[in-house]
Amino acid sequence: MHVMTFSERPYFHVREDDIISNQNSYFGLANMGDTGFDPAKGHQLYHEYFDERIYAEELGFDGVMLNEHHQTPFCMGSVMDVEAAVLARITKRVKIVLLGNPLPVADPLRLAEELAMIDVISGGRLVPGWVRGAGSESIANNANPAFNRERFNEAHDFVIKAWTTPGPWRYEGEHYHYRFVNPWILPMQKPHPPIWIPGIVSPETVVWCAEHRYPYVALCTNIEPTIEMVNLYADVAERMGYQAGPENFGYLQTIACAETEEKAQQLGRGFVYGGGFGSFARPEWMFPPGYNSKAATKRLAKAMTDPRTGAEIIRFSEGEVDVEQVKASINSQYQSSQEQGLIIVGTPKTCIEKLRNLMEALRPGILGLWYHHGPMSYEDRRTSLRLLGQEVLPAIREIAKELGLPGPFEQTPGTRPLPASGKHDPVVGLSA
Amino acid sequence: MATPEGKEQTLRVGEYDVTVVQGGSGQPVLVLHEELGDPGWLQWHSELARSRTLIIPQHPGFGKTPQIKWLRNVRDLACFYARLLREQGMAPIDVVGFSLGGWIAAEMAVNDPKQFRHMVLVGATGIKPPEGEIADMFTVTARAYLNSSVYDQKATPEFAALYGGAQTPEQFEAWEDARAETARIAWQPYMYNPSLPQLLEGVRGLPTLLIWGRQDRIVPLSAGELYHKSIAGSELMVLDRCGHRPEIEKRPEFCERLQRFLA
Repeated sequence: MHVMTFSERPYFHVREDDIISNQNSYFGLANMGDTGFDPAKGHQLYHEYFDERIYAEELGFDGVMLNEHHQTPFCMGSVMDVEAAVLARITKRVKIVLLGNPLPVADPLRLAEELAMIDVISGGRLVPGWVRGAGSESIANNANPAFNRERFNEAHDFVIKAWTTPGPWRYEGEHYHYRFVNPWILPMQKPHPPIWIPGIVSPETVVWCAEHRYPYVALCTNIEPTIEMVNLYADVAERMGYQAGPENFGYLQTIACAETEEKAQQLGRGFVYGGGFGSFARPEWMFPPGYNSKAATKRLAKAMTDPRTGAEIIRFSEGEVDVEQVKASINSQYQSSQEQGLIIVGTPKTCIEKLRNLMEALRPGILGLWYHHGPMSYEDRRTSLRLLGQEVLPAIREIAKELGLPGPFEQTPGTRPLPASGKHDPVVGLSA
Repeated sequence: MATPEGKEQTLRVGEYDVTVVQGGSGQPVLVLHEELGDPGWLQWHSELARSRTLIIPQHPGFGKTPQIKWLRNVRDLACFYARLLREQGMAPIDVVGFSLGGWIAAEMAVNDPKQFRHMVLVGATGIKPPEGEIADMFTVTARAYLNSSVYDQKATPEFAALYGGAQTPEQFEAWEDARAETARIAWQPYMYNPSLPQLLEGVRGLPTLLIWGRQDRIVPLSAGELYHKSIAGSELMVLDRCGHRPEIEKRPEFCERLQRFLA
């Protein structure tokens, strides 16, 4: 099993009230603007975050995962490849897992060059991962959301070709055009670095991953729809002629680990700070025009006009925000997220028990531990990492061995043969 | 005499189907709808339809007209509509364009002013306003965009009749489709063609009326003034206490001037 650490590297020196009163949204804090950023504090945070990743390597984790979001204090990795380049130099062993570069907002030729440089500098430790990007990334980068899926597909095919087809060649595509493709710096890993795709259980993406034999990493999603997606992946894999296994699946788990339950409860509240991921951007920025497929728009039309689900979303969008009321709802969200297992909170012993449940239910070969969000001191972050590395990680390895959960570096994804019947074996629901 | 109503029919343009709402009797008038789609049969339609036949195509990708994948900008759409007029033998025709529809009409006039007998642009996008900016429909909900389109909602009962009350899934979906299609053709630069003011120099001998609300918060009046300056011989009608929807906010004045101009 591949176990990696993750955090959003948030710029957390932003008051929760400011996030909430800004339409309950981190993205584009309109009521304070980017003048709220203090470069001295930013400098300190970047260095601490790098040191945490060196520490994760020392503790024995297999990878350090980064991600990218633009124009928001939610995540300081607005150009994640810059951070990845630093990590390529200052770490020695861990995989540098990028989940992921938002392809539709990137210049794919430049991206092919950046990622190749990181792979070469790191000595072949890069795991690139690609996303369509949250809807708000389309707005932050002015990339037409109506062509988001088309651009994703075309950029993906282009980057792979740039890495594998000797140059120079000319490229005249639909959305991208290059007179001269000859990137020179090519990845160290051949034919190209292994690609993993993160997602939030969009069936279109899951099908695409299975077709490409790319591991699919679900990001903190509810367990039932995630299991449905694992089964969907396995069905598509069968059609493609292979048996899916744990090496095809990953899961990112938020986890607040501390010496005592009380301390863990205090730290875990950071995951819903300002509304947590639910408040990442205003709904109309998460679903910009044309970003969704027609089927997804139909689903959204039902949800957004249903008074039970839509009223609250629309109210936030139209400017009436009661800060105290939102805080109360955030606190109850914190409780229900723990009950649903979306946030694991506790001492190492508690965390191990809950992770076992997750691993039994999902059977992932990749596990990301999102160990910090919201305001949290460097000392607390180091302590959490230490507990996760010294106490939780060995237990995860034991459980993975017991359950038979190889990661993608132990079993190459897409190489497991189908049973003689041609029908795939079940991939989840094995242990009960 | 009964109030004339619009009826849907399908026109064939090459290999494409276009849904057209048609109603009234008399000389035809082409009506090009705005960026949130065909708003439905309005009171001003009924008034004008007493003396004129209204032809209201739903743009490709909007309403019931299927998307045409190769249409990627407003100039493409203008050429597509030129083909519709040519194949249907409709040119020259009077045209009234609203907001995005006004931009389409202006592009058509630039290509060939002889397609039209009269051109009326109402709060048209298409030009970068010298002062202010065109309100960005893509960073707000469809409803928020509509709410900012009229000057005084309380004084505009037709607005409440059209857009008030709970939103239905069908309406949400229709607006999302319209927003997606508008993004396909007008995402960047947002809602204008940088060369249009220069190209409008070629629109000669086409009687043109520009109608603008003085308090238009979607397309600032300065854009209307630049249209006026760029189209030789054009007239500019500015309505006070009026936003982006003169046809529903100031219907009597709008209809009177329109009928007089088209006569």
